[in-house]
Amino acid sequence: MKYFAGIDVGSLTAKAVVVDENNRILGYHVMPIGQDSFAAGMSAYQQVLNKAGLKREDVLSIVSTGYSRKRFTEATMQKTEISCHAKGVSVIFPGVTTLIDVGGQDSKAMKLGKNGKVLDFAMNDKCAAGTGRFVEVMAHALNLSLDGLSDAALSFKNELSLSSTCTVFGESEVVSLLSQGHTVADIAWAIIKSIADRIVALAKRVGIGQDVAMSGGMAKNRALVARLEDRIGFDILVPDEPQIIGALGAALIAKEEK
Amino acid sequence: MTKFRVAETMKEIMAAYYLEAKNAAYNNTPVAWITSGGPVEFLYAMGVIPVYPENYAPMCSITRMSKDLMEVSEAAGYSQDICSYARTDIGADMTQGGPILGLPKPDMLIVGTNICHTVVKWFDVHARKYNVPLFIIDMPYLHDDMTKDAINYVVKQFEAFKGFLSGVLKKPFNEDKFMETLFLAAQVSDLWEKVLAMGKKKPSPINSFDTFIHLAPIVTLRGTQKAVDYYTRFYDELVELSNQGFGSVPDEKIRLLWDNLPIWYKIKYLSEFFAKHSAALVVSTYTNSWAAMQGDIDTDHALEELARAYLSPYINRGFKYRTDYLVKLVEEFSLDGLVFHSDRSCKPYSIGQYIVKEEVTKRTGRPGLIIEADMNDPRVFSDAQFETRAEAFLESFDR
Ligand SMILES: Nc1ncnc2c1ncn2[C@@H]1O[C@H](COP(=O)(O)OP(=O)(O)O)[C@@H](O)[C@H]1O
Ligand code: SF4
Repeated sequence: MKYFAGIDVGSLTAKAVVVDENNRILGYHVMPIGQDSFAAGMSAYQQVLNKAGLKREDVLSIVSTGYSRKRFTEATMQKTEISCHAKGVSVIFPGVTTLIDVGGQDSKAMKLGKNGKVLDFAMNDKCAAGTGRFVEVMAHALNLSLDGLSDAALSFKNELSLSSTCTVFGESEVVSLLSQGHTVADIAWAIIKSIADRIVALAKRVGIGQDVAMSGGMAKNRALVARLEDRIGFDILVPDEPQIIGALGAALIAKEEK
Repeated sequence: MTKFRVAETMKEIMAAYYLEAKNAAYNNTPVAWITSGGPVEFLYAMGVIPVYPENYAPMCSITRMSKDLMEVSEAAGYSQDICSYARTDIGADMTQGGPILGLPKPDMLIVGTNICHTVVKWFDVHARKYNVPLFIIDMPYLHDDMTKDAINYVVKQFEAFKGFLSGVLKKPFNEDKFMETLFLAAQVSDLWEKVLAMGKKKPSPINSFDTFIHLAPIVTLRGTQKAVDYYTRFYDELVELSNQGFGSVPDEKIRLLWDNLPIWYKIKYLSEFFAKHSAALVVSTYTNSWAAMQGDIDTDHALEELARAYLSPYINRGFKYRTDYLVKLVEEFSLDGLVFHSDRSCKPYSIGQYIVKEEVTKRTGRPGLIIEADMNDPRVFSDAQFETRAEAFLESFDR
């Protein structure tokens, strides 16, 4: 049996996946990056090998992806996360035509053709509005965990909206909404709505098909997925582990290019 | 970027041009500051040296001085939302900074609105400071086709411009020299068009990064024999190179178009980036604009032809024209895709790019990439963000 690895060194987390010749996932690992993106990538890789019971020499080739893909010098090849997410999702959900990927610092929308080919894509501009970082800052301001923010948002009572999409101004707006006596749940829902608006605008740039999937860490945010489904009018397919789709795609590309 | 034989000559003629301009006051030669789309032919006809803040600003950017200069004008109250050429130029003027320590003092200021309306306010600032006359030629934006009215409107102003020049310079307008200048300008535009058409060759011996650099003489010296000689030699060199099978990027695989202004402070980086991916930018709407600024010389209707030419640049045209034009270039240059620089500074160039891109893709099947940046403000550019987008775009040609 031959094995292939994909390492996704993102802005906040490092992900590693190993697959075999039959596209079977033998193991995956997700961990925070901390200070050193190369070390985090290597450590995620080692962990996934341990989980799969493999040694380095068993792996035929490695593709790295994500923001710090170039710093992961162990890789045989580098691919952008756009190509990798597209590839990864095409194996899990064949037939998907629109993929929304929202991670720590980027949000992307892709239009997909056959076999995960990227036909068009759009990415957020140079700011963190509409990305995971935005939600993290807001969760901090509300003194909630990420899951806590999502749960709170789903139990909102009154419609409220954030006027600012900027992360910095948004944080002070949240603080002032709190002081005006609005509930945490209502504010959390306003945050989710604001970020969903940004993502929908992005997805519209490439055109939204009927078969939509979502990947990246933000796909774990149930409130966000619910709001997005509402806004676009279609169900969104979310993989069991949305965060590893990029690394999975990288591993699959490693296999294909061999 | 290729080091062409003529590059040395360009350095020499540009140095001579700036030296002459800097010494103009000693030689009693009048100087006019003029916008890039201004009708320079009138100035050369009257022995006025034209100086381009829009040429000096990118010089400051390429030499990594634009950021400091912009900080000066920003501190003086000019908003970061104003065009970065204006911010750079005003900063350079305030400090007498930049690679040639400021531009020579103007005796007059000439503005054409065929590029934008920022230039009106920008040159107004200079007019107040230097207390010199400002002549504005209003060249209306063509939402649809070229119209007779628009042409006549501009012709009337050209006539007034002749009167303005003879008034300021206290001598009659030199019609003979004007005709001669028009012929030279037409010749140089023709040559430039031929140079740019070399991008149709496979592989292309020239790419947009080369043409961005070699644009300087046609901008500043259009209407002079020097420019004609320069582009004659440049064209000959390109033909010679192409006959030897020379390609501007090794192993050309992907042929692309560049839309909008260059990103001056990143030219070398971008040139290497695309070359590394075997992608050649074989044509750009930006450099093409100077080939459009030529009239068919018809001595009886010279001003009409000139007005038509100055109304023609891509930036002065509506979305339908832009779309049709890009579709035509996709064919003529056998393009695989299009790169759109969405330039934060240059709103009139950038507006509508998303729609135009979508429409061109629909009609030609060729994908487009949008890069958010700025031609002169390096604070707006992020290497990692650019690379992720551009590499994903180039990867999409793989499979
Ligand atoms: N359990 C969770 N619930 C909600 N959001 C989560 C959860 N886990 C991670 N996230 C979100 O995912 C983001 C990180 O996504 P990821 O795809 O790993 O980013 P990157 O690839 O840029 O490092 C975080 O900013 C966070 O908002
Ligand atoms: S706004 Fe655009 S056209 Fe106007 S001066 Fe600036 S770069 Fe040139």
